[in-house]
Amino acid sequence: MNPFFKKFSEKFIEGLLMISGTVTSLTVVLIVFFLFKEGISVFNKKAVEEGYVIAVNKSNKVNSISPEDIKNIFDQKITSWKDLGGKDSIILFRLEDISTYFTDEQIGENFERLPACISRVVDSIPQIFAFFPEKYMDKNFKGKEIEAGKISFNTFFGGKEWFPTAQPAAQLGAKPLILGTLWVSLGAILLALPLGLAAAIYMSEIAKDKVRRVMKPLIELLAGIPSVVYGFFGLVVIVPAIQKLFNLPVGETGLAGSIILGIMALPTIITISEDAMRNTPRSMKEASLALGASKWQTICRVVIPHSISGITAAAILGIGRAIGETMAVLMVTGNAAVIPHSILEPMRTIPATIAAELGEAPNGGVHYKALFALGCILFVMTLVINLTVEFITGSKKYKKH
Amino acid sequence: MLKLESKQVNFYYGSSPALKDINLEMESNTVTALIGPSGCGKSTYLRLFNRMNDLIDNTKLTGEVLIDGIDIYKKGINVDTLRKMTGMVFQKPNPFPKSIFENVAYGLRVNGITDKQFIEERVETTIKQVVLWDEVKDKLKKSAFELSGGQQQRLCIARALAIQPSVILMDEPTSALDPISTSKVEELIHELKSKYTIVIVTHNMQQAARVSDHTAFFYLGELVEVGTTKKIFTNPTQEKTQNYITGRFG
Ligand SMILES: Nc1ncnc2c1ncn2[C@@H]1O[C@H](COP(=O)(O)OP(=O)(O)OP(=O)(O)O)[C@@H](O)[C@H]1O
Ligand SMILES: [Mg+2]
Repeated sequence: MNPFFKKFSEKFIEGLLMISGTVTSLTVVLIVFFLFKEGISVFNKKAVEEGYVIAVNKSNKVNSISPEDIKNIFDQKITSWKDLGGKDSIILFRLEDISTYFTDEQIGENFERLPACISRVVDSIPQIFAFFPEKYMDKNFKGKEIEAGKISFNTFFGGKEWFPTAQPAAQLGAKPLILGTLWVSLGAILLALPLGLAAAIYMSEIAKDKVRRVMKPLIELLAGIPSVVYGFFGLVVIVPAIQKLFNLPVGETGLAGSIILGIMALPTIITISEDAMRNTPRSMKEASLALGASKWQTICRVVIPHSISGITAAAILGIGRAIGETMAVLMVTGNAAVIPHSILEPMRTIPATIAAELGEAPNGGVHYKALFALGCILFVMTLVINLTVEFITGSKKYKKH
Repeated sequence: MLKLESKQVNFYYGSSPALKDINLEMESNTVTALIGPSGCGKSTYLRLFNRMNDLIDNTKLTGEVLIDGIDIYKKGINVDTLRKMTGMVFQKPNPFPKSIFENVAYGLRVNGITDKQFIEERVETTIKQVVLWDEVKDKLKKSAFELSGGQQQRLCIARALAIQPSVILMDEPTSALDPISTSKVEELIHELKSKYTIVIVTHNMQQAARVSDHTAFFYLGELVEVGTTKKIFTNPTQEKTQNYITGRFG
């Protein structure tokens, strides 16, 4: 070949490789940037529905009310200003309540005098808590507009309630979802790890080569089944079984999710830890047997210690798979956004929440941003897991040399 | 006294024969070297004596393999007990991913010994036996991987000696070592001879000549010639042996 052409084509391929490498890294960075930009901006938002205002009488000492308290006032769980640092009981005023104070005529046919009427109501009743659309705000409003508190870090991570469509203030407590995710994933790994390890030990140390040649592709096939199919299986087989077995009102529980996720994590755990075990030098196993150790002693004392970092990596990657899984979990866990007390309760995980709610959350609204913030939490969780794997496998390399 | 013996031994991997009609006797407290070109069946033969070939699927053995006059392949033989009687040293140093101390203690522990003081004493005497004590006495708790290749191999010999076998099988124990480490291991073989029966596979003719009392020459699965090392190296009866030891093939 022409040496010039050869050199040129080498440079060209090099350039292509560099470009594709750069593009991939940039995409990753972009995705992360976008996710966090959207997610973090939830903390700039007010939980109160857009276009609405909350107002109180000028004499009221309360200046700001948190989203949770706003909801509690509406639900009449808080009925007195004393709970918020004021005095007397609260009189709730919604737009439709205007008819109890003014006649249709006073308001006007086209609501042209409505702003003035609202202003008068708020001015005349000291205990009032008024909630109405911003467009009916009078130009010289005589009440005091309340600063609806921004969504804070604390309420987001510590809030016990996830009810993003609640009126008038969205309840964005991610705690039940974080806990749900952790419970379901933990359950999954507790089921999958012993089972997966047993299978890996069987395949790498005990099974005849023929058996292994059949089993391994089958297990790898398990990894290729779409998660909806797992979900169906769970819904049809596992959910009713759990309901019967534990005599529950519903079978859609965290446990059902854990079982399905456990099954889904099995191929990862089995193949990776089996590979690690098969990497144990044959001579090392033979040395153990030659010293009179039994097969089991050899497995426990030589094979497992030798492949421990691979096994750990397998477990952690399995958890990673479980944490991020969406569809199957959505189908079998019951999706109740409450703080779970036992694995036999319905639970809702972060990915399931995002998948189920993103379609109905208005673009750019609080709910929408809150879902992105959930995405950030998920991202951080998986990142921590991946870094742990990196650390473990990295430290192993260090030890070997 | 006759220690190791094989009578009319044939061994097959699947259907292909690896050993053909091997008749060989080895006396107690002697060193026998197995030599021959690659693939001639030396390792296969060596591994018959601690039944390591049992681990390989699809193999077949006919004939008798005897230790102390007992057929070790007959029914009712406890393989784990048999393997305790025969220590093995492999081609490459293969310490366990454990501390230096635990490597030597391993054989004792898997055989159910828990007496801490006993284990400590045995580990120390065996490491001294392989002349490694001064080099490792301060770092017994450190990983065995931190030792040099030669030190690791001596550790592996210590590991095999710790359970006090009567036979030591060595499969090219110095092929991964530098000359100094090699001569240390050879010295060790000399010393061990007084207590153990040693069979060593080697590709190094000088080594065979230096360390062994008897030499057996294998070729294509057959035992071509066996005799005192002196005779094999100075006056072999077979032409093939002559050609091999003078380096004309192999
Ligand atoms: N696990 C096995 N499965 C099938 N065939 C084997 C196996 N191990 C060895 N063999 C065959 O048996 C024959 C003897 O092998 P063996 O390892 O005993 O030779 P060797 O003399 O030790 O050779 P080397 O000097 O290269 O170590 C060879 O032809 C080899 O291909
Ligand atoms: Mg060999």
